[in-house]
Amino acid sequence: MEFFRIHRTIPFMRHALVLNAISVITFLLAVFFLFSRGLHLSVEFTGGTVMEVAYQQTADLGKVREAIGKLGFQDVQVQNFGTSRDVMIRLPAAKGVSSAQQSAQVIDALKATDPSVQLRRNEFVGPQVGDELTTNGLKALGMVVVGIMVYLAFRFEWKFALATVLANLHDVVIILGFFAFFQWEFSLAVLAAVLAVLGYSVNESVVIFDRIRENFRRYRKMSTVEIIDNAITSTISRTIITHGSTQLVVLSMFFFGGPTLHYFALALTIGICFGIYSSAFVAAAIAMWLGVKREDLVKNPAKRDGDPDDPNAGAVV
Amino acid sequence: MNRYPVWKYAIIVIVLLVGLIYALPNFFGEAPAVQVSSAKSTVKVDDSTRTRVEAALKAGNLQPDLLTLDGSSVRARFITTDDQLKARDVLQHALVPDPSDPPYVVALNLVSRSPHWLTALHAFPMYLGLDLRGGVHFMLQVDMKGALDKKAETLASDLRQTLRDRSIRGTSVSRNGQTVEVRFRDQPSLEATQRIIQDQFADLAATASQEGNEWRLTASFKPEAARRLQDAALKQNITTLHNRINELGVAEPVIQQQGVDRIVVQLPGVQDTAKAKDILGRTATLELRMVDESAEARAAETGSGPVPFGSEKFQERDGRPVIVKKQVIITGENLSDAQPGFDQQTQQPKVDLTVDAKGGRIMRDISRDNIGKRMAILLFEKGKGEVLTAPAIRGELGTRFQISGSMNVVEANDLALLLRAGSLAAPMEIIEESTIGPSLGADNIEKGFKSVAYGFLAIMIFMCAYYALFGLFSSIALAVNLLLLVAILSMLQATLTLPGIAAMALAIGVAIDSNVLINERVREELRNGASPQAAIHAGYDRAWNTILDSNVTTLIAGIALLAFGSGPVRGFAVVHCIGIVTSMFSAVFFSRGLVNFWYGRKKKLKGVSIGTVWRPDTAAVADNK
Repeated sequence: MEFFRIHRTIPFMRHALVLNAISVITFLLAVFFLFSRGLHLSVEFTGGTVMEVAYQQTADLGKVREAIGKLGFQDVQVQNFGTSRDVMIRLPAAKGVSSAQQSAQVIDALKATDPSVQLRRNEFVGPQVGDELTTNGLKALGMVVVGIMVYLAFRFEWKFALATVLANLHDVVIILGFFAFFQWEFSLAVLAAVLAVLGYSVNESVVIFDRIRENFRRYRKMSTVEIIDNAITSTISRTIITHGSTQLVVLSMFFFGGPTLHYFALALTIGICFGIYSSAFVAAAIAMWLGVKREDLVKNPAKRDGDPDDPNAGAVV
Repeated sequence: MNRYPVWKYAIIVIVLLVGLIYALPNFFGEAPAVQVSSAKSTVKVDDSTRTRVEAALKAGNLQPDLLTLDGSSVRARFITTDDQLKARDVLQHALVPDPSDPPYVVALNLVSRSPHWLTALHAFPMYLGLDLRGGVHFMLQVDMKGALDKKAETLASDLRQTLRDRSIRGTSVSRNGQTVEVRFRDQPSLEATQRIIQDQFADLAATASQEGNEWRLTASFKPEAARRLQDAALKQNITTLHNRINELGVAEPVIQQQGVDRIVVQLPGVQDTAKAKDILGRTATLELRMVDESAEARAAETGSGPVPFGSEKFQERDGRPVIVKKQVIITGENLSDAQPGFDQQTQQPKVDLTVDAKGGRIMRDISRDNIGKRMAILLFEKGKGEVLTAPAIRGELGTRFQISGSMNVVEANDLALLLRAGSLAAPMEIIEESTIGPSLGADNIEKGFKSVAYGFLAIMIFMCAYYALFGLFSSIALAVNLLLLVAILSMLQATLTLPGIAAMALAIGVAIDSNVLINERVREELRNGASPQAAIHAGYDRAWNTILDSNVTTLIAGIALLAFGSGPVRGFAVVHCIGIVTSMFSAVFFSRGLVNFWYGRKKKLKGVSIGTVWRPDTAAVADNK
């Protein structure tokens, strides 16, 4: 089997401007939604109480709301979770009432209407924990970005490092944009997924840059644009196959992993799709705009005079 | 060129064997068991306990499948849950004669069904997190400021008392936050006070200042003293929590310090959050009262008369009745510390008690009038009082006094602990809490397992179809990766959570990346006309650089998650990082071994089974070059 019967090098960089424009627009849209709608943060970040209850039969959300409404809590969310028999109830942290009392009151009220109800999960997070998570999340993001940049600058060159990190941050912002636009719940697991995507999609850029470096060494006469095109063309099959394979596992998580892993898998899916796109088209293009040259990557062992691209330059008779 | 020396194969075989052994316990599943552990620091669980358990079970006509003593608990494994429940009742009856004062905790638990020789090799199944087995998790924040405030208040009143005793007049002592301020009208008293602080209040550092006609001394905690106090407060809270949780009968409670001022409590299998919280938050109270030594009381003690009016009957810990007056001298509020030690003259174990200035004043008055009489120290918990000890007063007592005589070292330690257990050193607040039902835990395991299994299967089918024999090699390497991951997690006894399972699934995706890189590279070499052996060699060689780079960058992200993540993120990160490392071994070193083993010895290799090697027409190839 061979999916990729590519006859000649595909001139990706000819369309670099268009592709970058698409990236910029998606990126700006994501930023716009992040600010206009904001993330729907889970209770881990905001603080409050989450309860998951299970009924024997299909749960009547109206009745559940009514029962809780009588208790006088503000901003209570009631929604189905997984199946129609499971209900998730979110209560914001209330002053003066401890979380234990809160959840006990709610479960008593629910038991009064339907004794078959069963508490499956109860979670309470104090507001100070949430603040800490946000700062720690940002710290982790910062450390990933700096760590990867330093490593790539050391292994390759600063232009590649910068291009990679920009391309991948663009992925991260777009994932966040999706979560803001659809108001999907942004939990700690999703944060882990986002940071994993950051590490994972850097892979792509690394593979392509590795090939660019190799091509610079091998094809001495090619121009930079041709070399980038060639590198992307010869790695595209691998890129799509590995991402496809990873996506197979992620889909398996999406379908079989249950509600807890649902958004985790979703974040990974978006990350993987945009990861392919950004590493192939965005990272290489940024590196091109930054002016990557043969000399940046290929260190000549001996100094030579004249045109370094001339294959006969070093020859002495 | 594609041959491994024997030692490389040896490494592969050894790693596989070790991996297999340590991953094995996970496949046996878990069996119901009853666990007996100590409920008191004075009660030790050892071989004799094991014999007792064995005898009790035999008497109850129960035959445990396996009976082990490991660390500080005895575990009896059973085949059915029926036997397990029966055994619990039998053991409870045999080992805990008085349920209000249990020497042992008898709890239901699950233990691995793996055979004995695996357990002897310290091969245990992975440790499942609360989200997979169900239970209660609490995070408690210790109010360190509160603890220091309390301590400063105690020191301020102590200082006030000392100054009065030394007749240093015209001073005023006040507490301002965590500092103690003393004002003076003349300099000599300031200097005298400074000396007192230096000699008797080692925790404080004082600075003097002068404002017109007024001298002022500001004493604050030395940084190391503050740190020591905080540390001690946290340790004491943890000890107190331990004692309380023992009552719940939890098989494997986790009580850990997290950060500087937090305590994490995890109670697997406990469903009743309300009760757990009630026990965690409960405050025991300590009271000091005089023993009633009248003739009527003596009679009541032996049971031959009624308890006199104004007195109460309590039991000592060994069960002897003591008649104690109802009037309370001081309470645990006034007790600031209790430490075990040795009497310098008699070399006997003792317990040093420190009470605050107010308590000291009362103690002095009471003890002066009651020399030779007995004083009882009572601990009230769950509304039930118990006499910890009832020593006789030997002389006039002050803020510091000691209880000594008729104690061994263990008893002294235990008494000091119980005296301190009267209250938490610093107030605590629950800042995070979660309860996961057992059915949800089981669901989570099943869902997590399914997603890993189906994902793995899908990749395997695809790889075999696309890369033929090389695909099969990759799939085997992937299976080895999973095996090693499970083995390492079992060895480390790292906690596996649902995000951890997700990371396992993701590790499969990341690991296959390396194999795809290699296979594509080999195909490319073949496409460019290399001989099969050369293509395999070049494929692995050239892909290695790329694999290393991409895995290091992924690892950087993983380590950042590990460093800054908490809870679910950390669970994810641990598995993610280990998965990356194992994938380097399995996808590169191990799969190369397979390929070498299969193809390496064939000298005139015509072709390799790596799926279609498609060649564009020669013009296009030329164009590429």
